[in-house]
Amino acid sequence: MTIVVAFLAILIGVVAWWLSTQRIMSKPWLEIGVIDEPPGVRPPPAKIGLGVFLAVAGVLFALSISAYSMRLQAADWWPLPVPRLLWFNTGLLILASAALEWSKVQSRHADLDGVRFGLIAAGVFTLAFVIGQLMVWRELVGEGYFLASNPANAFFYLMTGLHVLHVLGGLVALARVTSRAFRTDEARGDKVSGERGKLRLGVELCAIYWHFLLVVWLVLFALIAGWAGDFFEICRQALS
Amino acid sequence: MVDVPLGVAGVPLAEVEDVELYHPKSWLTHYVFSQDAKIIAVQYSVTALSIGLVALMLSWLMRLQLAFPGALSFIDADAYYQLITMHGMMMVVYVLTALFLGGFGNYLIPLMLGARDMVFPYANMLSFWFYLLAVVVLFASFAVPGGPTGAGWTLYPPQSITAGTPGLAWGIVMMLVSLMIFIIGFTMGGLNYVVTVLQGRTRGMTLMRMPLTVWGIFTASVMALLAFPALFVGAVMMLFDRLLGTSFFMPEIIEQGARLPYGGGSPILFQHLFWFFGHPEVYIVALPAFGIVSDLISVHARRNIFGYRMMVWAIVAIGALSFVVWAHHMYVSGMNPYFGFFFATTTLIIAIPTAIKVYNWVLTLWRGDIHLTTPMLFALAFIVTFVNGGLTGLFLGNVVVDVPLSDTMFVVAHFHMVMGVAPILVIFGAIYHWYPKVTGRLLSVPLGQFHFWVTFLGAYLIFFPMHYLGLMGVPRRYYEMGETAIYPPSAHDLNIFITVMALLVGAAQLAFVFNLIWSLRHGRPAGGNPWRACSLEWQTSATPPPHGNFGKELPVVYRWAYDYNVPGAPEDFIPQNQPPLAGEIASRAP
Repeated sequence: MTIVVAFLAILIGVVAWWLSTQRIMSKPWLEIGVIDEPPGVRPPPAKIGLGVFLAVAGVLFALSISAYSMRLQAADWWPLPVPRLLWFNTGLLILASAALEWSKVQSRHADLDGVRFGLIAAGVFTLAFVIGQLMVWRELVGEGYFLASNPANAFFYLMTGLHVLHVLGGLVALARVTSRAFRTDEARGDKVSGERGKLRLGVELCAIYWHFLLVVWLVLFALIAGWAGDFFEICRQALS
Repeated sequence: MVDVPLGVAGVPLAEVEDVELYHPKSWLTHYVFSQDAKIIAVQYSVTALSIGLVALMLSWLMRLQLAFPGALSFIDADAYYQLITMHGMMMVVYVLTALFLGGFGNYLIPLMLGARDMVFPYANMLSFWFYLLAVVVLFASFAVPGGPTGAGWTLYPPQSITAGTPGLAWGIVMMLVSLMIFIIGFTMGGLNYVVTVLQGRTRGMTLMRMPLTVWGIFTASVMALLAFPALFVGAVMMLFDRLLGTSFFMPEIIEQGARLPYGGGSPILFQHLFWFFGHPEVYIVALPAFGIVSDLISVHARRNIFGYRMMVWAIVAIGALSFVVWAHHMYVSGMNPYFGFFFATTTLIIAIPTAIKVYNWVLTLWRGDIHLTTPMLFALAFIVTFVNGGLTGLFLGNVVVDVPLSDTMFVVAHFHMVMGVAPILVIFGAIYHWYPKVTGRLLSVPLGQFHFWVTFLGAYLIFFPMHYLGLMGVPRRYYEMGETAIYPPSAHDLNIFITVMALLVGAAQLAFVFNLIWSLRHGRPAGGNPWRACSLEWQTSATPPPHGNFGKELPVVYRWAYDYNVPGAPEDFIPQNQPPLAGEIASRAP
């Protein structure tokens, strides 16, 4: 459980830093009158909401990694082979993330075609990633690595499954943003700026979510491939 | 009803973007699939209170079995465990969490912060419907073959998914699925509560001007968002173990000479995951209660809250600390004694911010103009009860004292005092306090007083003797004491006494239910601000507050929420949206 506590410590650090900017030392019983917030743009609620959601999803993954690391120490742990396809899938997810980042940059430059292209490319790469993960599962099952035959297998399927579910959820949001991108027309009066703003925000949120999923995947991949085992060993020796 | 302006017209506050409100078009979207936080709050509250009544009746059956073993023919050992499990899970998750966060959170956060609604109304509506679905799945487990699970509310594997535990076939699956749906639904609601506090505050409402109720609910929501994933992961893994034959939590087990297909899993891992959720859960219930009680005491004692800053810091500190105490529920799991030492220390440290809060409540009352209204009675009863339950918590937080007391009735008495009775007293107090805002009518006072005294005294008569049973060594989770010579006959008599009291207190709740329904029509009209309180929810343009909460313009906040009995003020309270009075600024200079 050290890992999840460490993750929470980071979150608590962020919250503490944020609270320290909120005048928590003030004495409200002495202050009369309107206190305006420091000038600056409030980030849109959806962005804050996504940030909070990522913290929740982060805890979810940190917990499964914690459980994984606790279980890893037992003697009956037979690690799975790492299918080559996983490398390819990792590449696909990186490409999807990059496409969304590109789309985000284009949305700032008001290049609608670029935005649309980036969104579609990201969608295609991500779908390919999901299919690739399913193929990895089939390959492993074909070689006899069933879900229930060893704890290592169970954790592999559980963690990759949780990750794919989060990717699928992201795809729903991505589909909505993409359809908005195709509905937004360039020359249609004063409503355009509002629509544009919404689109830009949607693309940005998708990009943030995809980068998060990519980081989670890289961590999970490192665990599955067994590189993290040495790291855990070092940590354990340092702590004991 | 006051018309709410669409878009930004008529709102002078440049800093606060007005939300585009969703306007219901039909009866169905107005009252059933409503996106208005106030309606969602009532939906949550009514559902949770109904489940509370069911869970109360389950506890009656349990108490009848304990006092008169065998008197009810349909309660055997299996049925008793099913009753225990469902009672515990319903009360902790589906009643207390849902009521404080889904009910009071939805109603009070937008109103107290001067917002028109939550920031994501659609997700807010979905949150309630997911909750209702979770409830339906939970109740459906009464109807499936084998009945609900009897694994105890902690659902410890391996026993929760091995033969011999009732509900192995379907009950445990329904329970886990229901919890997962609940958590998904809560996450949608929780995001709303947190982001609304961060983004939805009206002009002038700084964090340090928020009423403590909002601080409590806000911190509890953050904690719940971070703690519930642990239960979610645990539930997914156990579901895998049960349905797909994995061994996350299942060690090698030999059952009646045959080896089960499981092997290599760790039951302790589940305990870690469960209590990583379970302990913060205690404070998820307690922190909103702390916040609400602070407000009730301040309003009904006509005094500003003592040590507002300390109260805020204590809430935040308790929230952070509660994530590093979970293993004090696992002292008897055979863990490393140094871990026990660490967790005992953190557990005792949490007593410090908690004690600060108790002192501040008492000091708020000191020389206050105490009005013994029904909400105030419940708030005072909460302080006493919470201190009582907290003191036995100091016993159980110490490893050496906990080990002999573990799994006795002492533990049952402790957590019912601190996390059962205490928060429910606050819920009652809060309902008596805010019912006039929700409905426009006051609850009947004589009925309320009757309800209070029977509930308060009765709860003590139930749970105080239970401590003695625990000290005698009477174990919890046993469906009858049997003919054991180690318990004196007085223990059996005490059991009967507790049961009679439980029946009486439970029956007295009917007075409360009757009061809720009767006062809807016949209660005394309350007016906009019957308690003469400062916070924004009492300054709405109409009561009950219309769609959009405030009139054409959002209120502007000029002061904190506790300006009671300010010297020189024309009245004994100054609402939060009252601009500075003549000479006030000079008199308040630090």
